[in-house]
Amino acid sequence: MSGRSAASKPTPRKSGGKARAGRGSARAETARGGEASSHVGEAQAPAEEAAAEHLFTYRQMMRIRVFEEHANELYLTAKMPGLTHMYAGEEAVAVGVCNALQKGDNITSTHRGHGHCIAKGARLDLMFAELLGKVSGYNRGKGGSMHIADQDNGNLGANAIVGGSAGIATGAALSAQLRGSGQVVVCFFGEGALGQGLLYEVMNMAQLWKLPVVYVCENNLYNEYTHYEETTAGDILARPRAFGIHTAEVDGQDVNAVSEAATALVKRARGGEGPAFLLAHTYRYYGHHVGDIKRDYYRSQDEESHWKRDRDPLVIFGRWLQDAGIATPADLERVEAEVRDEAAEAVAYGLEAPYPDDSEVSMHVYA
Amino acid sequence: MSTPERSGGAEAVAAPAVRSITFAQAVNEALAEEMRRDPRVFILGEDVAEAGTPFKVLSGLVEEFGAERVRDTPISEAGFTGLAVGAAMTGMRPVVDLMFGDFLTLVMDQLVNQAAKTHYMSGGKLKVPMVLRTTLGATRRSAAQHSQSLHAWVSHVPGLKVALPATPADAKGLMKAAIRDDNPVVILEDKLSFQDKGPVPEGELVIPLGRAAVKRTGTDITFIATSSMVYVALQAAEQLEAHGISAEVVDPRTTVPLDVDTLVASARKTSRVIVVDEGHQSYGVSAEIAAVVADGAFYHLDAPVRRMGAMDVPIPFSPPLEDLTVPTSNGLAAAARQMCEPRLTGGPR
Repeated sequence: MSGRSAASKPTPRKSGGKARAGRGSARAETARGGEASSHVGEAQAPAEEAAAEHLFTYRQMMRIRVFEEHANELYLTAKMPGLTHMYAGEEAVAVGVCNALQKGDNITSTHRGHGHCIAKGARLDLMFAELLGKVSGYNRGKGGSMHIADQDNGNLGANAIVGGSAGIATGAALSAQLRGSGQVVVCFFGEGALGQGLLYEVMNMAQLWKLPVVYVCENNLYNEYTHYEETTAGDILARPRAFGIHTAEVDGQDVNAVSEAATALVKRARGGEGPAFLLAHTYRYYGHHVGDIKRDYYRSQDEESHWKRDRDPLVIFGRWLQDAGIATPADLERVEAEVRDEAAEAVAYGLEAPYPDDSEVSMHVYA
Repeated sequence: MSTPERSGGAEAVAAPAVRSITFAQAVNEALAEEMRRDPRVFILGEDVAEAGTPFKVLSGLVEEFGAERVRDTPISEAGFTGLAVGAAMTGMRPVVDLMFGDFLTLVMDQLVNQAAKTHYMSGGKLKVPMVLRTTLGATRRSAAQHSQSLHAWVSHVPGLKVALPATPADAKGLMKAAIRDDNPVVILEDKLSFQDKGPVPEGELVIPLGRAAVKRTGTDITFIATSSMVYVALQAAEQLEAHGISAEVVDPRTTVPLDVDTLVASARKTSRVIVVDEGHQSYGVSAEIAAVVADGAFYHLDAPVRRMGAMDVPIPFSPPLEDLTVPTSNGLAAAARQMCEPRLTGGPR
């Protein structure tokens, strides 16, 4: 994230970037590296595993950050069709929440969905291919940034209608309950979706039927170009509480806090105790979308600088990793370098991938 | 229906025992059979369980299948339709009961932006096998917000299939096909037809979506009629017999997919076509069908294709006014005579 040259960093492994996205493989990889401990003994194994998980968390947040840097660059260099909405600044929310989930659990995502998609296990190369409208993208190039779905990892899709996936998430939870699958569903949405009636309709049903769904409200302060206080009456958490829904509130820049809160809510949902609502306070580093560059009229440079300087989730967690003796600065630099390599390869893959054949235009209208 | 039915559908193939049951019983039977066959099928909507809907179409289902699978919801049409989309994407086969077709306005985002587009936007990865059954049809003295026929709206959306059963047999067979289909299917039933009886064969009855039925054969003019307009067309055809005009009645049964071949073949045979549909005439289903038939049969036609739809007014409450808004057999017969008279008199108009 500091823009350092990846070439000067040690790159222990050269791979196509395709096998390394899975959570399991990254975990094994960091454990094998032995960053956390020089001792190998039965007593150390749980601590070593925990350390590996923490480093994986850092890596996932870094993958989101670097992905968004590339997405912005692809827009600025006119290589990407259309617009995209960046998640940078909010990484701890997606990663912390997905830390609490199993691969078979479902999420629904938003127009600002790259972070959720990556956190749930997606590959960067297939995501870039999708952003660029290429046939090897997650959705054959037909969805684009705002509609990436990755059902192999449980991501039922981003959604370009604000609040539009609240019904889908709650329905997936009803489905899980009816099938007795034990799955939990997380519905990510921004505070802008608090203005949509659908959310309240489905929260009511979720609580009536004790559905295993966790509503995660990412309050990044802005409904597009308008501060949420101008659009949101009363206390946000009073809304889910009115339905009797269990609520929690968390600093969305602290991934440990998010993980802990989400783990508790997911556990109670999986145990049949019903839905929950997690309010995460966070911040969006870029504008509403890549083209929203002049934004002084709705938020100040000082405000942006404050969040980036004092409240950055990667800095906060990186410092914690060092204080806890889990990682050295060199460890973190190596993770960043590896992620930058992976992302650069993934962008190249996306740029080189072919567009869909014309015959694709009328395919997949009907199943 | 007093006229013999010839059909491209499955019911013509077998020759099982035939009973006479109501449209509502036929829908109920279809749902019960599919719920017994497939544990993934469940129903959700307002007053679907003990109440069995205000029209009593679902009576008895909750007793057999329980309140989990015949699920009463709050009055939250967008919400429960959205739930159905999510459930369908994750392995279930929900049937949404939307009490009145007019409430489509409340569920359009879930239906149009979510259900219809998910398969395409996901590059074919996700499927949304759900059914939304609702109503159409005026003349029940229900005024402007409970009388609309909005099937054109959903027919306009790629990704949705749309069925308009006219008879009890079609209601059963199309419902079963819709439940087994991997796409979102909207079924619109005329709310005045629920107590109408008709022949329905015993046993399995699945009518493929996209296959029209010739409900009456004729040689001089074709009425392409949807939903309860099929009865209007059949009555008009009987009236026309006295005038020596032989009318054919063809029911597309589904607007999406549309059985263009059967419609065009009839048009080519009779050389005259009136499309009768209860949606508003402007920009409607009748307009689309008229255009498709004109394209396919132009050089076989002796007259321009005509349309008869609901007047372009909100449906009024006052009975004499309401009755003016929808096509009638008298009006259709008169229009048919106008079109056929040049042939009968041998002169041009």
